[in-house]
Amino acid sequence: MEGKKIYSQGGRGLKDRGAKEAMIRITRKVEFSAAHFYHNPKFSDGENRRIFGKCSNTNGHGHNYTLEVTIAGEPDPATGMVLDLKELKDILQREVVDRMDHKHLNYEVPELAGKIPTCENVATVIWGLLEPKIIQGRLDRVRLYESEDLFADCTAEKNGSGR
Amino acid sequence: MKVSLTRRYRFAASHRLHVTALSEAENRRLYGKCDSPHGHGHNYAVEVTLTGPVDADTGMIANLGELDPFVVREVIEPFDHMYLNEDVAEFRSVVPTTENVCVEIYNRLRKFSPGQVERVRVEETSKNSFEYDGT
Repeated sequence: MEGKKIYSQGGRGLKDRGAKEAMIRITRKVEFSAAHFYHNPKFSDGENRRIFGKCSNTNGHGHNYTLEVTIAGEPDPATGMVLDLKELKDILQREVVDRMDHKHLNYEVPELAGKIPTCENVATVIWGLLEPKIIQGRLDRVRLYESEDLFADCTAEKNGSGR
Repeated sequence: MKVSLTRRYRFAASHRLHVTALSEAENRRLYGKCDSPHGHGHNYAVEVTLTGPVDADTGMIANLGELDPFVVREVIEPFDHMYLNEDVAEFRSVVPTTENVCVEIYNRLRKFSPGQVERVRVEETSKNSFEYDGT
């Protein structure tokens, strides 16, 4: 099998001999539903209405969010995996879904306290929650869809781990 | 870590891929059925990606209350339900391939806020899409 590009039980990955392992990105999707509204107490009611429009209704409204989380890394030669997707699924369930699904983001998610729960801010909070939990591979991108027509991305800087 | 915001819009338009400097046969060879004389149409989707600091007071990179009417005025109204070759002045002299449509949309949208528009992506159909970031 010398020199062949096939998976070897001997612990070598698919890439050519001598080269470092291929860098792979894997993405897992998860959905949750939550309520929110936009209101900044620094602004008058009129300003809140002008800046945030319909989103300023303090009774709140809701979305079906879709979260796509991308992990980058080299497959472990012994398993062929960057990260066990089941493990990633469990992390997403614990860190995001259990925290945010069927919750009111303004009142029930401590990490968002004092922040306007925009798509940008919710994605940034999710990045902060996930980043320390990803110990195999590294967090490359968090993409949060608030609807099919709007999403925010948090992306690791190219030159570093994003930490 | 960098944060960006992407907003998706849609328009429907017709076009014909045809260059008057080329012969009928060359146009037919180059553009195939896209050269069909009376034009044909697509449901286009446009994704515009904005970057920049998230404003601490609003939690926003850009206010959709400002972005949406800007995109509608600059792109959706001029393009939607139009024949791009005739109804959009820029395409009277430039063939409206979706590459060129993508560049034109980028050029229009970059005026929204200097340096904020990172990328424009145009889907001509669900099977092909085009991206331009100004480079």
